[in-house]
Amino acid sequence: MNRCMNRLIHGISLLTVFVCSFAVADTMAIVGGKVHTVGPQGTIENATIIIVDGRIAEIGRDIEVPDGAQTIDASGKIVTPGLFTPVGTLGLVEVSSSAGPLDALQRGEQFTAGFDVADAYNSRSTLIAINRIEGVTRALITPMSRGMDDQGNTSHVISGLAAVVNLGDGENQLDRRGAAMVVNLGEEGSRYGGGSRTGAMLVLRNALDEAIDFSEHRGDFERGMRRAYRHSVADLEALQSVLGGQTPLLANVNRASDIETLIRLSNEYGIRAIISGGAEAWMLADQIASADIAVILAPTDNLPGNFDRINARRGAATILAAAGVRVALADAASRTHNARNITQSAGNAVADGMSWDSALRAITLTPAEIYGVADLVGSIEPGKQADIVIWSADPLELTSYPDQVLINGEEISMISRQTLLRDRYLQLDTATPPAYR
Amino acid sequence: MNKLIVASVTLVLFASGCGRNADNADSAPYASRYQGLPASTTLLTGATILTGTGERLDNSDILLREGKIVAVGEGLSADGADLVDASGKWITPGIIDAHSHLGLYPSPGTASHSDGNEATAPVTAEVWAEHSVWPHDPGFTTALAGGVTAMQILPGSANLIGGRSVTLKNIPGRNVQDMKFPGAPYGLKMACGENPKRVYGGRGMAPSTRMGNVAGYRSAWIAAADYRDKLAAADRGKGEAPMRDLKLETLVGVLDGEILAHIHCYRGDEMSVMLDLAKEFDYKVTAFHHAVEAYKVADLLAEADTCAAVWADWWGFKMEAFDGIRENAAIVDRAGACAVIHSDDELGIQRLNQETAKVVGAAARAGVDIRPEHAIQWITKNPARSLGIDDVTGTLEPGKMADIVMWDGDPFSVYTRAQRVYIDGALAYDRDDPAVNPVTDFTLGTATAAGGAQ
Repeated sequence: MNRCMNRLIHGISLLTVFVCSFAVADTMAIVGGKVHTVGPQGTIENATIIIVDGRIAEIGRDIEVPDGAQTIDASGKIVTPGLFTPVGTLGLVEVSSSAGPLDALQRGEQFTAGFDVADAYNSRSTLIAINRIEGVTRALITPMSRGMDDQGNTSHVISGLAAVVNLGDGENQLDRRGAAMVVNLGEEGSRYGGGSRTGAMLVLRNALDEAIDFSEHRGDFERGMRRAYRHSVADLEALQSVLGGQTPLLANVNRASDIETLIRLSNEYGIRAIISGGAEAWMLADQIASADIAVILAPTDNLPGNFDRINARRGAATILAAAGVRVALADAASRTHNARNITQSAGNAVADGMSWDSALRAITLTPAEIYGVADLVGSIEPGKQADIVIWSADPLELTSYPDQVLINGEEISMISRQTLLRDRYLQLDTATPPAYR
Repeated sequence: MNKLIVASVTLVLFASGCGRNADNADSAPYASRYQGLPASTTLLTGATILTGTGERLDNSDILLREGKIVAVGEGLSADGADLVDASGKWITPGIIDAHSHLGLYPSPGTASHSDGNEATAPVTAEVWAEHSVWPHDPGFTTALAGGVTAMQILPGSANLIGGRSVTLKNIPGRNVQDMKFPGAPYGLKMACGENPKRVYGGRGMAPSTRMGNVAGYRSAWIAAADYRDKLAAADRGKGEAPMRDLKLETLVGVLDGEILAHIHCYRGDEMSVMLDLAKEFDYKVTAFHHAVEAYKVADLLAEADTCAAVWADWWGFKMEAFDGIRENAAIVDRAGACAVIHSDDELGIQRLNQETAKVVGAAARAGVDIRPEHAIQWITKNPARSLGIDDVTGTLEPGKMADIVMWDGDPFSVYTRAQRVYIDGALAYDRDDPAVNPVTDFTLGTATAAGGAQ
């Protein structure tokens, strides 16, 4: 922002101003902080990070700051990669219970696997600023499911395609479309599968089998020489990358037996699975580790909210991580409006025995790896986009907060609608109505 | 505050429970049968103590005897006491949740367990939450592991007037009566805003608007005042006493100041209307709950002596929660009003200390410094006040119930866990001892039961 302002002041052409508002074309240095790179360089005290064109160019001690570089003093501060919230609907909702459509909600049979939330992402949503000033720089945004509406439409076992987005101000906020295919198993899935988890699995298998048949007989199908499919072409197209292993199957599943079924299914079809929820995953830690299935869970979600979660417990993340399972951490209460609370999840995982470094990784690099964007973000390494948070103190402590957040190398505005409300009411001046303050 | 504080004969003062309901506690219907666990004399030494009165005592001791706090200070000793080395630990009053639905909406949340909203009429003042409480809700034990020693269980918010709340001691019992906080006054649950108008408006009946909500409360209070006047007249020998009416009886309890009004109310402008409603019918609003916009009317709350029970940072899940900010409790507190952090949630209740820490952090970011010894009051003394039990619990003062938590560090650190919880002087939870990790009936036989309140 400052760089852009300087350029404006220096009277560079309008074209350049336009360019610099979307891409950083110069050099920045963050100097003096204790940097947790979450990469091969580990933790570096009193480090210097050089950022060129929005990407990390170099990091280490005793690195010379290039002439003319904008410098941010981070001495006495903690520096981490931007946080990556591994599941939620940021940019797809404003007020959950009212105020416009829920753009993440897949309902009806018209589109299932092809339902792609990326097209609805609103980077100007009030939720974006509120979460990014707390350190969240990347998010997986997913379709969601729900019971019957007034027209009798219910969600499908397959909810559709999730996307990785960044919370920056640049022109392109979509990092990866089709980063995961969301499906609902267990009690949730059975609701969309005729009231039984058997039905839900049949629906899923039928879709995958149709997608295989479609792929093998595409020509015949297009010439009308193949049977009609239950799913639309858009759905069958979307499933191809799942069958090809490029797009992981993100399964909302909690019960151990359903996780076992998921493991069998993924072996059978050669699918890469991810478990989301995973209340009982800890009971199958070794199996999940050997199947190389990642688990996204909320470490504080320890109650048997339903019979799928009868063995929910604290410490599950620690058990899974110790078995070698890749674990990403989500918030238990609100994965969207309060996506920022993944630091609380990570802190609680540490209280339950997970190492601090693993917990930080579980909200930065691990989700980036799971969704195939670790070459782009997730750690402070040369070549990656500069998503960097400069914290007042230990980022997992709830009394800490970011002093500055960078997304794609740009210092974002640290103002949100909530900070504006706060500032308006911090001093109650009853003589002047708030609208005039 | 380095001086030794010693109680004289304060035990006697509080032995009979608290306040007005204590006298007829035995004759009251569904009376408390709370016994507490067997307690021995216990001396915890060398701790950092947040007293809940706004003070922090370093390297200090606390002595518990016969269920009460006997002394708090440096260099205490007691013959025959169980000694607990609490050096490096922090001790606070037991955490009190002013807003919970444990037992009413228990885990597992099956339809058969949905016992929190009698959503069959907008005014159901006649129902009592305690008649729905399932004491085997595993949420009680996980809350205990989070340091919660007492809580208010309220009916849900579907109705304008939802019914009576009940305050419980967090020792899971066989029956709700085993858990009822001795002598605690009842509360009345009311609700503003979206919920009642959605539930009944959706059925094509009143209320369907906020003005319909207020008309509904006013009608109810008019009926209650009339009932009260007829009873009083009959007492004076004028006219016949009306037939006992459960609904109006509870409402009259509020008008008489014996039952405390707890109002679910998100928006500041609605809180302002509800305070005027209370003036119109001459009762006191004890607390607004879910008061997401309390920070907009903090001065009005201070003036009315009304608590604001709030989440740290829940926002945006409904329109009336759109203006939620993390500094809410801090701004309320700064205005001199009574700030309370509540949970309304079976997970949040396990971490009210962490929720408080979020507010402290947000306030610091805004340049407002709040010390731990002050912030702890939002989850101890102030909720006790809102439940009318602050004369017997909520702070670490001689003579009060020995409801305390020993934490393995600063309770506002995310890494800290409750290590021991004492209720009425008895060890009710010990993180390190499976024998003192209560397991509810429902949890028996699960893979987690062996580990206790995980």
